[in-house]
Amino acid sequence: MRTAMANRLTPYLFMAPAAIIMALALMYPLGYMIWGSFREWNPSQTIGEAEFVGLKNYIFLWNDPNFHESLGVTLKFAFFVVTIEMVIGVGLALLLDRDIRGMSFLRTMFILPMMIAPVVVGLMWRYMYHPTVGTFNRTLDGLGIPTVDWLGQYALMSVIIADIWQWTPFIFILALAALQSLPRSALEAARIDGATPWQQIIHIKLPLMMPVLIVTALLRLIDAFKVLEVILVMTEGGPGLSTEILALRISRTATEFRELGVAAAMSNYLLILLLLLTVGMFAFNRWQEARAAKLHAQVEEEA
Amino acid sequence: MPTIRLDSLVKRYGDVEVLHGIDLEMADNEFTVLVGPSGCGKSTTLRMIAGLEDVSDGEIFVNDNPVSHLEPKERDLAMVFQDYALYPHMNVAQNISFALRLARRPKAEIDAKVKEVADMVGLTEFLARKPGALSGGQRQRVAMARALAKDSGIFLFDEPLSNLDAKLRGQMRAELAMMSQRVEKNMIYVTHDQIEAMTLADRIVVMHGGYIQQQGTPEELFKRPVNKFVAGFMGMPPMNFLDGEFVERDGEIFVSGQGFDVRLEGEVARKASSHGNKAVTLGVRPSDLSFDGAAEPARSLTLDVLVSEYVGAQSVLLCKCGAAQVMVEINSETPVALGQTLIFAVNSGGIHLFDRASEVAL
Repeated sequence: MRTAMANRLTPYLFMAPAAIIMALALMYPLGYMIWGSFREWNPSQTIGEAEFVGLKNYIFLWNDPNFHESLGVTLKFAFFVVTIEMVIGVGLALLLDRDIRGMSFLRTMFILPMMIAPVVVGLMWRYMYHPTVGTFNRTLDGLGIPTVDWLGQYALMSVIIADIWQWTPFIFILALAALQSLPRSALEAARIDGATPWQQIIHIKLPLMMPVLIVTALLRLIDAFKVLEVILVMTEGGPGLSTEILALRISRTATEFRELGVAAAMSNYLLILLLLLTVGMFAFNRWQEARAAKLHAQVEEEA
Repeated sequence: MPTIRLDSLVKRYGDVEVLHGIDLEMADNEFTVLVGPSGCGKSTTLRMIAGLEDVSDGEIFVNDNPVSHLEPKERDLAMVFQDYALYPHMNVAQNISFALRLARRPKAEIDAKVKEVADMVGLTEFLARKPGALSGGQRQRVAMARALAKDSGIFLFDEPLSNLDAKLRGQMRAELAMMSQRVEKNMIYVTHDQIEAMTLADRIVVMHGGYIQQQGTPEELFKRPVNKFVAGFMGMPPMNFLDGEFVERDGEIFVSGQGFDVRLEGEVARKASSHGNKAVTLGVRPSDLSFDGAAEPARSLTLDVLVSEYVGAQSVLLCKCGAAQVMVEINSETPVALGQTLIFAVNSGGIHLFDRASEVAL
């Protein structure tokens, strides 16, 4: 009796350390944030002293034009970044999916940007974008072309370019992996059926890569909503609010405006948005698996 | 139908030459089977004809026009792959019609064609299914239908049945044989299975080590193999080989070795006496040995029975003759006990002789 009991409890015992760390490191801060988002909370107060205000912070944000602006910037940033990165990343993968001497070196070069720390990327691009001594404007000037006010007039475009530079490789390697796992003989059959290289891409390669591409795009989208360091270093959200993405506004609300409750509520809005995307991704995976299982069952039944 | 001719076709991967000058001419409306063990170059040859592999040297002619520089789609051919190579995201109808849709044929024509070939291979009720929802045999039929729909003059098969289980393979082999009689096309079929080759081919081309060993009708290859490799490859169970020497006694010629001493007669004896080299290999098919205790010693083999494999009406006996193993195919009703030493008569015409050094048939 005793041993049976002990045997049943052993797995829980082994899982306990991980569960406790998860609870402390993940659930506690998250709960703290949700708890705090319902309070009028100043950094000089402990959370117990802060006044409970119910949904006030959420309602305030719902009507706050600055929050709308930030959300708009974030959505715009995420949309352009993911769209352009997908097109370039998948395009590069399609171009480089072949055996040419030196291709492995080239592929390694392509994924280098992804390995650089975001703060370093931000600093690097800030220098390159510098209005007078930056690489871009010096080059333009040398060629006799009028210079561009990168981080002033075109700030959002400039940070989008920097993000594309850093994250296109991510899509590139995933797309390349998807391409290389495609059934070779189906592509050969397509060649015999008369498909031109372009038709092979449209009718065979892209449709077969689609499941991987959808998951990749969702992953990038989730990441793009949380971007902070690169933009913080490059523009600090300016000029004005033109590049103030949500993560940045949250940090400023907490530190500069000293409104921890509002910042927490804003974080929760972002969390909800990301949760929806994540759930969407899982749902897509589930749907795919269910479809595969159904096909399989159908075959089994007939056999 | 377009005729195909290979002119000293060579394939090299880097410094390694895998095909050493293949010459082959296929007659119109002929079912040609390239057969050989894996690595013999048969698939490479087929893929070069298809245009999926570059030609290193030599030329492929279709209707006397060189085609080795052309893309696969410009060669007027259809191909069935070993793993079927279906488009997994398209349903059966879309798979079948892909080539026609790329060629921008009118919709009515495409629909009619899909219906016709689906009917021919028995897929009509599965047209809306995706390949993932089909069994192996059905996928094989889709691959066949897709090739048929193209209306090309040349039909290539790359081991199309080897992914199927034994029973289905036999069934599909019969269907293929029927189809090849109905549709008039030049077919080239690659397989490692000599039974498929024997049952389907108008002409068999046996390949080994990047060379053509022999080509001819199934009967020619079975009865008159040009060398030891072809003799051992065609026929199941395979031919028995016994190493021996020519010995002349009383004006007659014998082939003699460990555990056997067989007198040669007629044509075979004449060939043997004019052959300079004494070291030879005696080849006897398992079906050319028959249990006969009263057989003349000089026209029979005395064998120790080791194992009997019962396969139904026939049994295959695994026996020992000296140090060599010999297989015998006999009627299962024949009373044979394991461990017995028995005498098996060699049927007249059942003796094949090969030079032991060059392995070429005498």
